[in-house]
Amino acid sequence: MKKRLVLILCFSFTAFLLNACGSSSENKEEVIVYNWGEYIDPDTLAMFEKETGIHVIYDEYETNEIMYPRLEAGASAYDVVCPSDYMIQKMIEKDMLSEINFEHIPNAKANIGEQYFIQSREFDPENKYSVPYCWGTVGILYNKTMVSGPIDSWSVLWDPQYTDNILMQDSVRDAFMVALKRKGYSMNTLDSKELEETKNDLIEQKPLAQAYVIDQVRDKMIGNEAAIGVIYSGEAIYTQRENENLEYVIPKEGTNVWIDSWVIPKNAPNKENAEKFIDFMCRPDIALLNFEYITYSTPNEEARKLIEDKEIQNSPIAFPTLSDYDHLETYQYLGEEGEAMYNELWKEVKSN
Amino acid sequence: MNRKLLAFPYIVWAAVFILIPLFMVGYYGLTDKNGNFTMANLASIMTKEHIKALWLSVLLSLISTLICLLLAYPLSMILAQMNVTKTSFIVLIFILPMWMNFLLRTLAWQTLLEKTGVLNSILQFFQLPALEIINTPYAIILGMVYNFLPFMVLPIYNSLIKIDQNVIHAARDLGANSIQTFLKITLPLSAPGIISGITMVFVPALTTFVISNLLGGSKILLIGNVIEQEFTQAGNWHLGSGLSLVLMLFIIFNMVITALFDLEGEGNTL
Repeated sequence: MKKRLVLILCFSFTAFLLNACGSSSENKEEVIVYNWGEYIDPDTLAMFEKETGIHVIYDEYETNEIMYPRLEAGASAYDVVCPSDYMIQKMIEKDMLSEINFEHIPNAKANIGEQYFIQSREFDPENKYSVPYCWGTVGILYNKTMVSGPIDSWSVLWDPQYTDNILMQDSVRDAFMVALKRKGYSMNTLDSKELEETKNDLIEQKPLAQAYVIDQVRDKMIGNEAAIGVIYSGEAIYTQRENENLEYVIPKEGTNVWIDSWVIPKNAPNKENAEKFIDFMCRPDIALLNFEYITYSTPNEEARKLIEDKEIQNSPIAFPTLSDYDHLETYQYLGEEGEAMYNELWKEVKSN
Repeated sequence: MNRKLLAFPYIVWAAVFILIPLFMVGYYGLTDKNGNFTMANLASIMTKEHIKALWLSVLLSLISTLICLLLAYPLSMILAQMNVTKTSFIVLIFILPMWMNFLLRTLAWQTLLEKTGVLNSILQFFQLPALEIINTPYAIILGMVYNFLPFMVLPIYNSLIKIDQNVIHAARDLGANSIQTFLKITLPLSAPGIISGITMVFVPALTTFVISNLLGGSKILLIGNVIEQEFTQAGNWHLGSGLSLVLMLFIIFNMVITALFDLEGEGNTL
């Protein structure tokens, strides 16, 4: 009996503590943002707080897959999240997103290029749930002084002359995208024969690869640690600023064109503030600040016009003309079974 | 009553940070996506990839533990024979790196060992062959030994200074030479320290995923990495928890062995 009393006391005490923490900020307007790491200029958050008086609670994640379970469990309620294409599709299918009222976000339609909304229809068919924030491609970053011969194909990642000089992406979808595209398959395939074949290709590649990395590819390429690496286009401009020998290329077999967009979860406690936040992020001056800080391509056409450096404004890395490339695709949600299949195969690659 | 009142914060602590998480790991580990009871998550340790990762983890952590023991024992003996001021200085040197974050220290080793890293630049300057151990199991062992060595030194040192010098003098008086004294007196009396040192190195080494990620270039999959990826990449908390439970069994097994060797209770130095 006494034990039970102690337990009840414990719980009520912790509940009291949590409550006390929560209520102190209840009177204040706030917006809870959940975004990729290093994916915003912190100054813009301060500006938003100053202009609107809405307090921003800012949280970060490293991959879509880390973000998803936290939202699914509903343990923490967020107002604004910035997932990628296939993850948005998954969240729409699972009925986790709330429709965005575009009348409250005039800056979106005014500043963001029409083409990005069209492209978004691949995962958000009626453009109801997402506002594009950043986009880009995945390609090969190489060091001009360390390679011989042309670098224009995913096959160089299997070239023995670059043994121990190759950096691969440490994520299921990106690793399989490279292997599937190299063979001319769709990167959204669910064909077990194609996947088995590319799994074996990835196992064959493993001894050639120096390491599987995510964000570290940036620093390693800048430090001349490897000759070629698979990288997101947004990182490429940054690395070129730091090391002039680096060059970015979209392989001829095609690649992934991705969009990260703002969405509002169904259980968002401050939906209106969320829309204010998204609208603020769509303002050309703010989008420009963010572009210059994170160097990921902005879909904000008005912001692009404000870029002073003409070389960057017309950079084929930051703003490639997509019609110039063949076999471009966007990730699709694979379904639960499809995801499990990819993960299983990736585990086989990694443990080999 | 007073005592019970003092215990209150610890009860809260234990409930919130130990019991509830443990219960949740158990719950997730023994259920499937629909919340039905299953043993499949536990049984999946027998799949080829998992057993391979577990075996590799056991192997690397055993090697690391052995190296730690071989390095730590002589050091502890030297420390135990020194006078107090010198000892505290040397202990400080060993503890000093622990004031820094574990992640940062491991990241530092990455920059040291890299192909164009600090060590290789120095070697190159002296026209010596380059050190090529980054992204191999050797780098992981190095990382484990570096990070966990203090956990071996301290318990052994503690058990060595507890040995009554008169016992050793008695052994010498009775005609034992220094090797005999060591084997028959010092070593058995310091066994509790050795045992708890082994546990304190082996357990974190077995479960690490950070060291293998940073120094192994994510090319070497240890059981810790498998579990981490189930949570962060595959989003399968059930399988991740199931494998964690299996790993916990391994650790409990280790503890039981420790307890058997350590009946006098002298090993609980830390």
